[in-house]
This record gives sequence, structure tokens and C-alpha cells, in this order.
Amino acid sequence: MTGILAAAAPIATPHIEYGQLSPMLLVFGLALVGVLVEAFAPRPLRRGLHLVLTLGGLAAAFVLTIVVASSSSVFGHGSPGHVAAEGAVGIDRPTLFIWGTILVLAFVSVLLIAESSHDVSPFAAQAAAVPGSAEEREGLEAGITHTEVYPLTLFAVGGMLLFPASNDLLTMFVALEVLSLPLYLLCGLARRRRLLSQEAAMKYFLLGAFSSAFFLFGIAMLYGFSGSVRLSAIAAAASSNTGSATLLYAGIALLGLGLLFKIGAAPFQSWKPDVYQGAPTPVTALMASCTLVAAFGALFRVFYVAFGQLSWDWRPAMWAVAILTMVVGSIVAVTQTDVKRLLAYSSIAQAGYVLTGVIAASAAGLSASLFYLAAYGVAVIGAFAVVTLVRDQTGEAAHLSRWAGLGRRSPLVAGAFAFFLITFAGIPLTSGFTGKFAVFRAAIAGGALPLVIVGVLSSAILAFPYVRVIVLMFFSDPAPDGPAVIRPSAFTSAAVVVGVLATLVLGLDPQPLLSLANHAATGMFIR
Amino acid sequence: MISPAHYVALAVILFVIGAVGVLVRRNAIVIFMCVELMLNAVNLAFVAFARLHGNLDGQVIAFFVMVVAASEVVVGLAILTSIFRTRKSASVDDANLLKY
Repeated sequence: MTGILAAAAPIATPHIEYGQLSPMLLVFGLALVGVLVEAFAPRPLRRGLHLVLTLGGLAAAFVLTIVVASSSSVFGHGSPGHVAAEGAVGIDRPTLFIWGTILVLAFVSVLLIAESSHDVSPFAAQAAAVPGSAEEREGLEAGITHTEVYPLTLFAVGGMLLFPASNDLLTMFVALEVLSLPLYLLCGLARRRRLLSQEAAMKYFLLGAFSSAFFLFGIAMLYGFSGSVRLSAIAAAASSNTGSATLLYAGIALLGLGLLFKIGAAPFQSWKPDVYQGAPTPVTALMASCTLVAAFGALFRVFYVAFGQLSWDWRPAMWAVAILTMVVGSIVAVTQTDVKRLLAYSSIAQAGYVLTGVIAASAAGLSASLFYLAAYGVAVIGAFAVVTLVRDQTGEAAHLSRWAGLGRRSPLVAGAFAFFLITFAGIPLTSGFTGKFAVFRAAIAGGALPLVIVGVLSSAILAFPYVRVIVLMFFSDPAPDGPAVIRPSAFTSAAVVVGVLATLVLGLDPQPLLSLANHAATGMFIR
Repeated sequence: MISPAHYVALAVILFVIGAVGVLVRRNAIVIFMCVELMLNAVNLAFVAFARLHGNLDGQVIAFFVMVVAASEVVVGLAILTSIFRTRKSASVDDANLLKY
């Protein structure tokens, strides 16, 4: 017995850099604390406790991100970063920029999730009660709501932090599921129009599970090709030209399919309008901002680190996807009659513009995309915040015909929405213009001029539905039974004001954030 | 003689059967089972590649996939039962309020 023990090599303890991972660990830890609150705190106390935990936690994680970004142990001596947790997580400047963006956007989204002035909450009283049943009515009359949404949001945000930071594909897959599973549930929890909400959850779940199976099969192919799931090992095997090319290309295609599904690029965009329309609007805001940033972060890391040497091979396919995404997003947006669907198709087109930054395959493309995502994310949350304010007896009045004459009744709210549409269209002096200009300039420098021409044409097409909404709001007569704009509480007002201010400031003086994004992108991703 | 390459081929076949099932079946539960078949095909591929490369990574990943698939079942069945209780149907064609 002792002989066997002596012969066995001592097991090396894994080394975990708790300090560098602290933003992510804090978010996950508070999500677990949130579950305990749900189990032990009495119902009247829960919302307050959750608010303190969630908002405080996200703010604290943001501060920790800044601390990590300025720590000399990670970035000292010109180092591009550090591979933490035994090679599972890459801590580098683009990742920290993405973390900061996600945490700020999640904070603003949680303000919408916490809104309680016009309904008890945007979420169902009892998700298990059948819509229209006596059980549901009892829950609504008792004025209860699901406070589980706060820990679910924190789990999703934690997954979003891990997703773009993962340095091996197994971690990335687990992060993908950690971010997706809570979102599937959150989509089905709307308080009003529950049939739409449940349908959105089912569609998102079935399509999401389908796409993650492809993502996983891609990982299996790349593992078969290189014998490892570490991104740097795959890059090394790809450049040394060993192994089967079939496995490599099948792996790139399937892995890319899974990632492009998450960002909603055509031809994998079909879930986006349905889910954005059916989900509770605060959750839509969370998905349209934070999920998009996280998914693009992961796409960048995979295609720049693992497949960076193969850019001549994947760029043609990515060209086709980007062109299709921009064209489909803008043309189908023209025919939309629902505000949330219109914003969903607009979000598809915006994903196409950021894809041109991916295709640039350069530090300039990365920094422009980082800027674009941050500017777009904060504006899109503001736009969805406005959507939550226009209501009638049945809840949000999202049909465009109901928005006629809104500008005459409530010029401030309609003006804010018009401003967000103007920034999505990329009119100068807004952040949308700066972002588009930076992305397209990087794409031209990367030799993708035709792509930029398609992008400019697509934004011109996309401006048409935006202008139509603005004309409808300000130049048509309000219907006598039209929806009312309710007086926003401090939470929703804060989200709208943050959106407007950020869009304005980033449009007038984009330099500070642009330099930060440039600084983040210079070292690229750690290998 | 059955080589690991045969197992990879079998995994591809199972994966394609699962993918086709997702596309052609109408019952949400059956679609979900087809997704599970795809995940298990991936597991088989991982284990076969682990044997080919002579390292254990693939076998460890297969365990992770099983755990993730189990948690996906929890979330998925919760969504599917709630929609079944509402509509008295698990057909994906009946859930058609969101379109165009």
C-alpha cells in the first residue's frame, strides 16, 4: 500500500488567480446568494434585498474590472495579459473592455427589470399558472411576482462575462449554456401577453439547443483535428499543417454557426424577431445589448486567436454572412408593424455592420467594433425603455399604428425615441455615426470595400422605417383611444436618460471612449 | 477490425439523424429528444477522438456535455410543460402567434 502511494506522482494543485477572476466570481457568487434570498427571505423583503445585491454587485464587479485593468501583475512589462485558471480564462485588455461594457449595460437593464410603478413588475405572478386560469387571477390580485428574475439575470450576466474570456472551447461551451439557460426562462416570464411570451421561450429554447449542438460538434471536430480544445493549440496545429483539413474546416464552420446564431446573423436570424417581440421588454433590452456584446467578444476571440492564421479561408464565408445579414435586416425591417420587431430587425442589421469589423481582421477592426457595441448597447436599452412606457389597458402598446401622434401627446418620450432611431440610422453627431464610421473605415483598410458599400446602402434602406416611425409619431393625429405614456419612475427614467446622454456625448466627443477601445485592442487577445 | 475512425463516422451519422429529426418532426418533445441525440453523437465523437489522440481530454469533455445536457433538460421541460398546459398541445405548429 505505502509502496503504491510513494510511487504515485504528487498531484499539483491547480493555480487559480482569484484576483483577476474576481469580477466574474463576484457576479456568480451573488447569483448564488440571490437563490438563498429566494429560499429564506420573506416575500415583502425579497425585492429590496435583490435590488441591493444585483445593482450593488454589478457596480462592484465594474470597479473590480477597473482594478484588474490597472494592475501591474497582469499588464506589467508590456504584457498583453495573463492566462488564468490553468489556461481556461484569458485576461487581456479586449476582454476587460468587454467586461466593463457588459457590466454597465447589465446595470442599466436591471433598472428596467426592477421597474414596479406601472405594474407590480414586468414579470409573471406565477409562471406555472395557466394563462387565463383562476390560479393566475389569484396571483395577479395578490400582487405577487417572480423575484427569481434577479438571480437568473446575474447567472446570465456571469455567463456573458465568461463567454468572451474563455481561452478553451470547453469553457466557452459551458459559458454559452450558463448565459443561455437563464435567458430561455426569463423570456417566458412576461406578466402580460403570456402566450406570446411562452411561445418566444419555446422557440428560443429549441433553436438555441439546436445551435449549441452544432457548436459542440464543431468543438469535437477541432478536438479531433488538434488533440486539444485550447485555442492556442488549435492555432498551432492549424499553422503547422498537421492533421486532417476536413476536420479543421468542418470544425470552423460548425463552431462559427453556433456563434453566428447567438449574434443573430443571417441565415441564423429567424429566432431574433420572435424572441425579441415575445419576451418581457426588459429582458429584450438585456439580450439586445449584453448578449450581443458577449457573443461578439467570443466570436472575435475564436476567429482572431484560434483561426487567425486562416483568415483567408474563413473571410469569404464571413463576407457572405455579413452581406446577407445587412441586407435581410434592413429590407425586412421596412415591412414591420410592431416596434419590438422593428428594433429586432434593426439589431440584426447592426450585427451585420459589426461583422464588417470582424472581417477587417485587424486591431483597428477590433477597436471599432468594441466602440460600436458599447454605443449601440446603451442606445438600444434606452429605446426598449421607451417601449415599456407606451401603454394601454392590455399592457405595452407595441403596434406601430398605436404610436400615431405620440409626439404631440408626450413630446419628451417621443423625442427620446426619435433620437435613438436617429443614432441607429447613423446620422452625424450621434454615437451611431461615429461607430459606423470607425467600423467601415477599418473594413476599408482591411480590403473590404464592397462590403462597406453594401453596408452604406443597407443603412440607407434602414433609415426609411426609422423615418416612417418618426413621421408617424410627430405628424399624424393621435387616435382618440390611443395609448397613454405613463409617468416613468426613477428606474426607467434613469435608463432613458443614460441612453440619451451616452448617445449624445459619444456622438459629440467620442475621443475618450475611442482611445480606450484603441488602447484595449492594441495588444489583441492573449494566446 | 473496428477503428476509432469508424466510431467518428457513426457519430456523424447519428448527428445527422438528430439534425434531420429536429427539422422534420412536429412534436416539441420529440424535437428536444433529437437534440439530445445530437449531443450524444458529439459525446461519441469526443470519446473516439480521445482514443485516437491518446489523451483524456475528450472523455472529460463528454462528462461536461452530459451535465450540461441534463441542465438543459430541466429548463427545456419546464418551458415545454408550461406551454403544453396552456395550449393542450406540444406541436410546434400550434405555437404560431409570433410571425412575420
